[in-house]
Amino acid sequence: MTEVADNARPKLPRGVRLTHNEAQGGWLLLAPERVFKADTVSVEILKRCTGEASIAAIVDDLAKAFTGAPRERIHADVVKLIGGLAEKKLLELA
Amino acid sequence: MTTNGVSIPAPLGLLAELTHRCPLGCPYCSNPLVLDKRDDELEVATWERVFKEASALGVLQVHLSGGEPAARRDLVEIVKSARDAGLYSNLITSAVGLTPQTLRTLAEVGLDHVQISIQDSDEASADHIAGYKGAFARKRALAMEVVKLGLPLTINMVVHRANIARIPAMVELSLSLGASRVEIAHVQYYGWALQNRAALMPTREQVEQAVAEVERLRETLRGRIVIDAVVPDYYARFPKPCVGGWGRRSLNVTPAGKVLPCHAAEVIPDLEFWNVREHSLSEIWRSSPAFLAFRGSDWMQEPCRSCALKDKDFGGCRCQAFLLVGNARAADPVCHLSPHHHLVQHLASVHRDQPYVYRHS
Repeated sequence: MTEVADNARPKLPRGVRLTHNEAQGGWLLLAPERVFKADTVSVEILKRCTGEASIAAIVDDLAKAFTGAPRERIHADVVKLIGGLAEKKLLELA
Repeated sequence: MTTNGVSIPAPLGLLAELTHRCPLGCPYCSNPLVLDKRDDELEVATWERVFKEASALGVLQVHLSGGEPAARRDLVEIVKSARDAGLYSNLITSAVGLTPQTLRTLAEVGLDHVQISIQDSDEASADHIAGYKGAFARKRALAMEVVKLGLPLTINMVVHRANIARIPAMVELSLSLGASRVEIAHVQYYGWALQNRAALMPTREQVEQAVAEVERLRETLRGRIVIDAVVPDYYARFPKPCVGGWGRRSLNVTPAGKVLPCHAAEVIPDLEFWNVREHSLSEIWRSSPAFLAFRGSDWMQEPCRSCALKDKDFGGCRCQAFLLVGNARAADPVCHLSPHHHLVQHLASVHRDQPYVYRHS
């Protein structure tokens, strides 16, 4: 898995789009020749991958929005999702 | 969505064959031997309607293919209408006949992804396979333009006996061009490829080496480039889940507007295809005889009917069952459980170094 530093600023590259489709039952990540279903947690993370917010800022923001979850747990989820997607070229780390 | 109690899934992808015209003559082309004529091609307004209907059906991605889609002068309008319909647009091109100017305009109207085919890493061999002198140089140049515009690039390489040994060099070339993804597709024997089977078929040693090399490349290039590989059918023990199951995930519209469950489906006799000129895409997806013919598993015969994998591989490819066994309901003979599997094993051992029969229109 690609390493994800706290100051990295993740961004969906050109050719990767997060979209909502009723007939397909929810949120999807569209990429070259591939389609991934995005679960609720992934959608919340991906919506924040604007290229402006750093990993640390995304985690802080999520911790504010979902007060029940501990920050370390959110951090681990974010790093895992983003690292996995970066390896598949579905996210850019600036 | 349900019809007569049978649940019908929403399709994910639409292959839009904009034209059968193509400057290249690749001997592995999977277009039909009888090509649609230019005068019969669907006009932009019809594609626009088809894309809207596709989007409403649940289709997410449209693959603009051919032939060579750039042979259509109205390609920009077509791509724009796909994007306006909310679809993810993927241009599948030979790069020959597509100018940098047109490419730039396509990027401006929202094209999402470009896939360029490359015939070999060796220039002379690549041009020989394509049957077009200078094709390789043009492909390289256009691939660089794609990357310069910031569009994601996939390099597609169809492998066969003449180029299979150069997979690592072809992946290296793709990396140097700036591709983020590479597709290594062993020839599938339909259309023109079937005519050239003995000239294209790799040996078992070549296939085994290729599979090992792809595994090694995936490992060493992890994170740098995505490698997708299509397995060589004739050397497999299990059949491919062709098009993700008949009438389950995708549909294919021919240049003249016929809607097929897969792009080779016209080889199966007595299938009735409906045309977008006469029906909506939704009607066709739900009710056209061709889509109903092999949807689900009621049509299956043994050994598929009682097989534990029937919902995984759907009995393999219907076209291949018809082409090799003469019965479109039979198990794909690629499956080791098919009583005709020996036929595939035999055909895989037939290699003849003879001149290619080039595709022509």
